[in-house]
Amino acid sequence: MAMIDEPLYPIAVLIDELKNEDIQLRLNSIRRLSTIARALGEERTRKELIPFLSENNDDDDEVLLAMAEELGVFIPYVGGVEHANVLLPPLETLCTVEETCVRDKAVESLCRIGAQMREPDLVESFIPLVKRLAAGEWFTARVSSCGLFHIAYPSAPETLKTELRAIYSQLCQDDMPMVRRSAASNLGKFAATVEAAHLKADIMSIFEDLTQDDQDSVRLLAVEGCAALGKLLEPQDCVAHILPVIVNFSQDKSWRVRYMVANQLYELCEAVGPEPTRSDLVPAYVRLLRDNEAEVRIAAAGKVTKFCRILNPELAIQHILPCVKELSSDSSQHVRSALASVIMGMAPVLGKDATIDQLLPIFLSLLKDEFPDVRLNIISKLDQVNQVIGIDLLSQSLLPAIVELAEDRHWRVRLAIIEYIPLLASQLGVGFFDDKLGALCMQWLKDKVYSIRDAAANNVKRLAEEFGPDWAMQHIIPQVLDMINNPHYLYRMTILHAISLLAPVMGPEITCSKLLPVVINAAKDRVPNIKFNVAKVLQSLTPIVDQSVVDKTIRPCLVELSEDPDVDVRFFASQALQASDQIMMSS
Amino acid sequence: MNGGEVKEVEAPAEPLEWRFSQVFGERTAGEEVQEVDIISAIEFDKTGDHLATGDRGGRVVLFERTDKRDHGGYRRDLEMMDHPVRTHPEFRYKTEFQSHEPEFDYLKSLEIEEKINKIRWCQTANNALFLLSTNDKTIKFWKIQEKKVKKICDMNIDPSKATGNGNPACSIVKPYVTNGGCADRSYGYLSKDFSFPAGSFAALHFPTVVHSNETSLSARCRRIYAHAHDYHINSISNNSDGETFISADDLRINLWNLEISNQSFNIVDVKPTNMEDLTEVITSAEFHPTHCNMLAYSSSKGSIRLIDLRQSALCDSHAKLFEGMEAPNSKSFFTEIIASISDIKFGKDGRYILSRDYMNLKLWDINMDSGPVATFQVHEYLRPKLCDLYENDSIFDKFECCLSGDGTRVATGSYSNLFRVFGCTAGSTEATTLEASKNPMRRQAPAPSRPRSLSTFARVGRRGPESPAVDANGNAFDLSTKLLHLAWHPTENSLACAAANSLYMYFA
Repeated sequence: MAMIDEPLYPIAVLIDELKNEDIQLRLNSIRRLSTIARALGEERTRKELIPFLSENNDDDDEVLLAMAEELGVFIPYVGGVEHANVLLPPLETLCTVEETCVRDKAVESLCRIGAQMREPDLVESFIPLVKRLAAGEWFTARVSSCGLFHIAYPSAPETLKTELRAIYSQLCQDDMPMVRRSAASNLGKFAATVEAAHLKADIMSIFEDLTQDDQDSVRLLAVEGCAALGKLLEPQDCVAHILPVIVNFSQDKSWRVRYMVANQLYELCEAVGPEPTRSDLVPAYVRLLRDNEAEVRIAAAGKVTKFCRILNPELAIQHILPCVKELSSDSSQHVRSALASVIMGMAPVLGKDATIDQLLPIFLSLLKDEFPDVRLNIISKLDQVNQVIGIDLLSQSLLPAIVELAEDRHWRVRLAIIEYIPLLASQLGVGFFDDKLGALCMQWLKDKVYSIRDAAANNVKRLAEEFGPDWAMQHIIPQVLDMINNPHYLYRMTILHAISLLAPVMGPEITCSKLLPVVINAAKDRVPNIKFNVAKVLQSLTPIVDQSVVDKTIRPCLVELSEDPDVDVRFFASQALQASDQIMMSS
Repeated sequence: MNGGEVKEVEAPAEPLEWRFSQVFGERTAGEEVQEVDIISAIEFDKTGDHLATGDRGGRVVLFERTDKRDHGGYRRDLEMMDHPVRTHPEFRYKTEFQSHEPEFDYLKSLEIEEKINKIRWCQTANNALFLLSTNDKTIKFWKIQEKKVKKICDMNIDPSKATGNGNPACSIVKPYVTNGGCADRSYGYLSKDFSFPAGSFAALHFPTVVHSNETSLSARCRRIYAHAHDYHINSISNNSDGETFISADDLRINLWNLEISNQSFNIVDVKPTNMEDLTEVITSAEFHPTHCNMLAYSSSKGSIRLIDLRQSALCDSHAKLFEGMEAPNSKSFFTEIIASISDIKFGKDGRYILSRDYMNLKLWDINMDSGPVATFQVHEYLRPKLCDLYENDSIFDKFECCLSGDGTRVATGSYSNLFRVFGCTAGSTEATTLEASKNPMRRQAPAPSRPRSLSTFARVGRRGPESPAVDANGNAFDLSTKLLHLAWHPTENSLACAAANSLYMYFA
């Protein structure tokens, strides 16, 4: 150690630890590669660090992953883009490891570097690298190569381009399904770089092969290719080549393929354009909505609004609406739930009449669904509901649903509905709220589950914000303060919590006259937990009220608590006192 | 292949002459077998170059083939003396590792045994081997790789070298400053944005990695697929897509992605809403070797169901049902127990399924669900003794079965360390009984007296000579030495079978 100069010591340690036995230290060193590189300078980084890293390919995955990531941003440290090619060998090795996340990161980094490289360098070193990987002995290398073509292709000379297309086509017929999957999922990116002439000839034939693959997992990925390719093709070519494939896929034997179609439908519609959508994809979509596999119907139901927006109202009413009606009484609750979350968006598409006549009954039946998630999904889109059917109709059917959810035996359901109450309140207005929902809000403060009481306290605060202090003085504060006499200390604690939340909203005057006395009174509670919560609440009230009130009321109370027999009470009381001291000092 | 006919072969193949090849872990006379050493799973990999065994102690032992790759192994010299001309798969011990440890489920107050229930090989990549192993509850994904032993030397900071012996590699000269940066600044704190002098630090160097010729094998657990089974896992099976596999317990089958260990999908659930209505459990499950969407599972009632994963997400309804018809007059208390299928295997081309129940081996054509194309009696001689076998629980022994790589023969185990090999081509009369010992033909049963015709309508006819309850040497069959696990080499006529803690290998 004596020989290492002081300033170099940390660098030397970092370098040594690249080979440490402790993986954390190796990881740390890899994360600081740029530091090492700057210490070494560009030339030594190129000549020593990078070759050194290239040999380091049997390390743990975490280290390799970090290395793949670091190397992606290493161009400045090796001397700029003209030296970028020295970064390729280590990343090439990382492209062949068997851990997928490492390979993916290495491919990502290679793409990032390749995108910056100069054209002659790409031809000289990047394209050969892609070819080597594509001809790799193990499938891992071939899998990685698929993700690099779109970088290599544009700068390749004509002969090489022909070769690259041929190689890609081979990869799509590889023996290993992993390679075909990778080729299928990267086809869109690659196709985007290919010239229009070849796109129609070469790429489309590759694509057709993939759509007929006997592995479901490959066909599945080809579905995604449909949308990507469709956007590249001329509209008439798209209709000629892509549309039949989509229609075929929508009737595939495998439900997973149909699921992908249902999920991608909107993108596919965009790709083929509005006319073919109306003529060909509507029947396909209707089939998917009536699929016998629930998973497919879930995916299809979730797209109902988006799909209808592409259509004109007549078509939607004629073809889609009947299916929606069926789905609203689907045997799978998840299908109904997916439908409930999007159905309100259909209203603007259908227009007022159709909405009242046809959509409203569906909506009402979903609101009475036995499955709480379905009802919740409807209520969560309340703003849209209101616009469509108006408040009177809404309140009639909505209220029973809300009351039922508010009393659901699953506390998560109750929690979800509480979170919508402020939204409901703003939508429905004060009048409606007072009659029906006010009592519910108070009831939640006495819930058996802590999370509900906690949410209820927050809810009370948000209501006060919504309707203003005057309203709150009438409809919230008295009821809340009343509950401070509850025999159970946990409920009393909830009230203290509610008070601390309400105080900033209500302002100093009401806080002093109404809230503070209740808190001070609670300081004489027999339960220590209440007492130290009083101390906490008092601390939070201090900044709100007048200094004179603090001196006259709050501090004496805290002083008393700081002499309490219970250690926790003393602790929080003295903490609150300190805090109030600080406020005094600063003012 | 077409229709429901059995493979056409001009003349039935000659019965194979089985010879002893190797034994690993042979017991010396009088040696007590340790419970933990008993082999509980055997599996060849796809190429047949590797063999894995699992035992009750949670260990996985790997063997590698030696006769193809390197010649002149000592074992080869010793064991090939007798047959210098013929070559057959020769294996040597490669490595072993502890795959599972005994565990305790505190929530259910259940002990979880470390015993390996099944091993399945996965796709090799980059010269590393991959396999899945499972005990009752937890599946693990292992990577076994040969690593060159490395030595790191010539560090920057090495007290032993930095003692001032003038080693220039270890001395760092003061960095020279060309652009006015201050060399004296303290670098004790390394922040991302601190600046270095433009000159390079000549004395900094990289540690040298010296690769020695020694290699060491390391097994690393890459993923653990846990907490997905309420009951005991009986099977795992890889899909031909190379990315998914299934695991089956008594009531459910789950589908996993090899790369995702915290999530699996339930694809079969036979659990009745009321457990008192339970009449049937899953005993074994396997993916079709080439069709990624097809899998078969067997039940305790003796049926095999083929399901198509394309049909729906939860495959409670089967695509095809294969049920053996039991003669109605022979119904007894034991009928259902002995009908329970202990193992099913697909043939290599996926056309046939072999099943093993307590009494028989049955070969099914997946295109014909009316009955098996062939039935081979294995334990018919035990039928009068079912009562005793029930009393001592032997009737619940789960014998495995296997098919040869070319699909022309099938094999399964029995008691007294015996195993039987049958020819299943049309007209074949081959039915050999062998003993897992160094002299396998010792107990061979007499040749069948009557020629058996195998035509499509004779498919329910029972075949195969019965093994006598008392063998040629007058030894009664021994229920305590049972040969449950065996595996057929994928490309050659070579069998590996487990007799307690010993692994015997035969070839023909």
